[in-house]
Amino acid sequence: MALVEVRDLQMHFPLGGVSSLLSRLRGQPEPVVRAVESVSFDVASGETLALVGESGCGKSTVARCLLRLLDPTAGSIRYDGTEIASLDSDAFVPFRRDIQMVFQDPTASLNPRLSARRMVEEALMLHTRLTGAERRDRVDELLEEVDLGRGLGDRYPHELSGGQRQRVNIARAIATNPRFVVLDEPTSALDVSLRSRAILLLEKLRNRLGLSYLFISHDLATVRYLAGRVAVMYLGTIVEVAATRELFARPLHPYTRALLASVPVPDPDAVRDPFTLAGEIPSPISNIVGCRLRGRCPLAQAVCAEPVPLREITPGRFVACHLA
Amino acid sequence: MSILPIETPAAPISEPPSLVWRRIRRNPLSFTALCVIIAIAFMALFAPLVAPYSPDATDAGSALQSVSWQHWLGTDLYGRDQLSRIIYAARVDLSVAFAATAAAVAVGALLGAVVGYRGGWVDNVAMRAVDAVMAFPAFVLAMGITAAMGNSTGNVAIAISITQIPAYLRLIRGEMLRVREMEYADAARTVGNPAWRIVLVHLLPNCLPPLIVQATLAMGFALLTMASLSFIGLGIQPPQSEWGVMTAEGASHIVTGEWWLFLFPGLAIMITVLAFNLVGDGLRDFLDPRMRGIR
Amino acid sequence: MTELLEIRDLTVQFESDAGEIEAVDHINLTIRRGEVVGLVGESGSGKSVTSFAILRLIRRPGRVKSGTISFNGVDLASLSEEDMRQVRGAKIAMISQSPRTALNPVIPVGRQISRLFQLHAGLSAEKAEKRMLEMLALVRIPDPEKRARQYAHQLSGGMCQRVMIAMALATSPQLLLADEPTTGLDVSIAARILDLLRELGARTGAAILFITHDMGVVAEICDRVVVMHAGQVVESAPVRTLFNHPAHPYTRALVRSIPRIDRDVTMEPIPGSVPSLLSPPPGCRYVERCDWASERCRLSRPPLTEVAPDHLVACYGYEERRGAC
Repeated sequence: MALVEVRDLQMHFPLGGVSSLLSRLRGQPEPVVRAVESVSFDVASGETLALVGESGCGKSTVARCLLRLLDPTAGSIRYDGTEIASLDSDAFVPFRRDIQMVFQDPTASLNPRLSARRMVEEALMLHTRLTGAERRDRVDELLEEVDLGRGLGDRYPHELSGGQRQRVNIARAIATNPRFVVLDEPTSALDVSLRSRAILLLEKLRNRLGLSYLFISHDLATVRYLAGRVAVMYLGTIVEVAATRELFARPLHPYTRALLASVPVPDPDAVRDPFTLAGEIPSPISNIVGCRLRGRCPLAQAVCAEPVPLREITPGRFVACHLA
Repeated sequence: MSILPIETPAAPISEPPSLVWRRIRRNPLSFTALCVIIAIAFMALFAPLVAPYSPDATDAGSALQSVSWQHWLGTDLYGRDQLSRIIYAARVDLSVAFAATAAAVAVGALLGAVVGYRGGWVDNVAMRAVDAVMAFPAFVLAMGITAAMGNSTGNVAIAISITQIPAYLRLIRGEMLRVREMEYADAARTVGNPAWRIVLVHLLPNCLPPLIVQATLAMGFALLTMASLSFIGLGIQPPQSEWGVMTAEGASHIVTGEWWLFLFPGLAIMITVLAFNLVGDGLRDFLDPRMRGIR
Repeated sequence: MTELLEIRDLTVQFESDAGEIEAVDHINLTIRRGEVVGLVGESGSGKSVTSFAILRLIRRPGRVKSGTISFNGVDLASLSEEDMRQVRGAKIAMISQSPRTALNPVIPVGRQISRLFQLHAGLSAEKAEKRMLEMLALVRIPDPEKRARQYAHQLSGGMCQRVMIAMALATSPQLLLADEPTTGLDVSIAARILDLLRELGARTGAAILFITHDMGVVAEICDRVVVMHAGQVVESAPVRTLFNHPAHPYTRALVRSIPRIDRDVTMEPIPGSVPSLLSPPPGCRYVERCDWASERCRLSRPPLTEVAPDHLVACYGYEERRGAC
């Protein structure tokens, strides 16, 4: 049994407004934003699964569902065997000790009025019975663990650099000794030269504390470094899952291939794979039957109009493509 | 996009007191106004020590005397020293204005926070109620409440308070709508905070800057309302010393030429209200985080 | 023949309550006609400030303290504001990071472009409209007539950026300043914008100053690279030379610190952090982070010296070790 098991997760947002009203008057189904459409994956204990995709693919929505910042419209999420997707907020609170998140924007995710120390301490206040002095010691420990010198604990977010703020975020996430941490684009807001430091820290913490990560990112280079397995999302569904090296060496799904081909490589003599997709990502409101890449894929055939399931073609290797 | 290199460096610029002081002095007008308010407050606080006479001491012999060395601001019909009366009146004016504003802020902010965070039908109902109250001109509303409740200092404070609550409610509700979408609100939730803690500890403190500015400006308006109420005979009554009452008394003496009776209390009101406005303006600049670090 | 753009000894300062920030410190930079020059550095390295200085857009609380910027041999500081306005937008154009916010939200995007033709080229409304549609087709916007009538919020990020590029190239500028135009765009969209820029640059003969912190993008599109650190130019080299034989310790550290998609690497983060630009040290600003730091580095700024054809480095340590390298 994996630590986290997600089955057929679905998150639809009603559009509301006039179009919704009109549809109801006409007796048609309401238009919805299909942010996440039947997503399933597992995260084993100690593993790092990366969830990659471009904007609008639904990866951040999946993260928010896992952390119950959103209530999924359908589907199941099992943590350590227990179903958590349908728990109400009070029942979910004890799980917040085990399941944590590092947010994307280090500036926006820190309360500008609280010092770094206070923010890290808060998690301890809410979930442990440590005394004030014990909490202070633990906060010092945590700040050292993330390479933030003790003096910086009393600083406020605006007095810290971007990289330091992100480390406060990380310290807060590991404060309660969680087992599963969702990393929502933890390095996207950082300078390229600071990303390595953040990724190395996350790697160190994972090894030392035995953490399992769901690493959400669109930065494929950091994914290659940190993740053991990668799931590629497109327009709300998973289109390919594979071990990291396998995925980068032999992408099977056309979308994966196009994605990898468009990442610039820091080598002036590198030859780029000319494989590209036509057009732009369609709106997630549209209800596409069959393969969702159909309108853009250069390899599309007639069979692509049929619904395409995520099939396991070799052990551990999943693809949602008729032609794979 | 800002031209300034605002990316924080490794050794960040924190705000030592000397820096804060420099920023305060950047706005000399507001700073002067602040000093004026502090002076008036001081004066009110230490009235018995500052005022040359007792405010109620009558002296029929020196009635209706103009400005002189014994009575710097003249005397009224009963021979009471105007300067002393004005100083003691400051107590009433400032304390009522402050109490009314503080009460309105407390109630309005709390309600606004709850309403803004919950949203939904609670929000709708509250906003329609606010619209209804704000449809009345504030002064007319204050008049009505004071007339209904009776003329006392306490009732005046309550009346002014009620007219101000909707403004704060709306302000904090608006701020709350903005702030609850911030990532740190989400972060507070994922850490496990219950809703009340998220609102009180995380969100509300971040809504304060516009509130502080608004409250400071509103102090001036509260004072003006109070003085206006007593000017037309509602609220605080003579012979109590209060700037509005004194101005009303002085008004009846304009035709007989005792100009000092309405000028000085009127000036007191004007200067104090103006000072609050200037301080409020200066506070707005001071609290604006974008203005930090730019000369 | 004079170079297209020559920056000599440029220093830009900003005044703040805490003191003076030296955002750019005596930098030298050259751009030749038709070439794509990458300007690389971390946030706060002074790259954006440099581009604003070129357009003479540094206003209070900033000021250009010293140095000259020559465009086609003409010192831009000597021009009147009126003449400078002819240069801005027409001869030197700029595209920046958030295209949607750079476009006017209440005017249809097509009109924003055609207005440029009416203003700078004096065309009639109909001719300007025609040219505008040609530009939209040039930047490969599908269905240009429909898109021209739409507003900025109706276009995707990638399309907004294409509109920005169309606006920038409308007047056939000789120099295009591109300030992180693909940062924040999806990877696949960014790749196509890069292709577009490269193609249009070649077709129109415009030189491009491409400001970025992404080394992958640099390798993809640039002919030459200039590396900045904390307001100083530390190295300038043709792109292959920079990646294969980086000289300055900062450049080497930068290349070693980035993760890669094409092979497994051990990432080594750059030691230390960017120094404060408030009353900075007089010498090289990389001194606290550098393995080769010496007392001389601390006291005096190493000049940009040519160590190989077209390869300039500002490092005492490198000069000393050159024989051994």
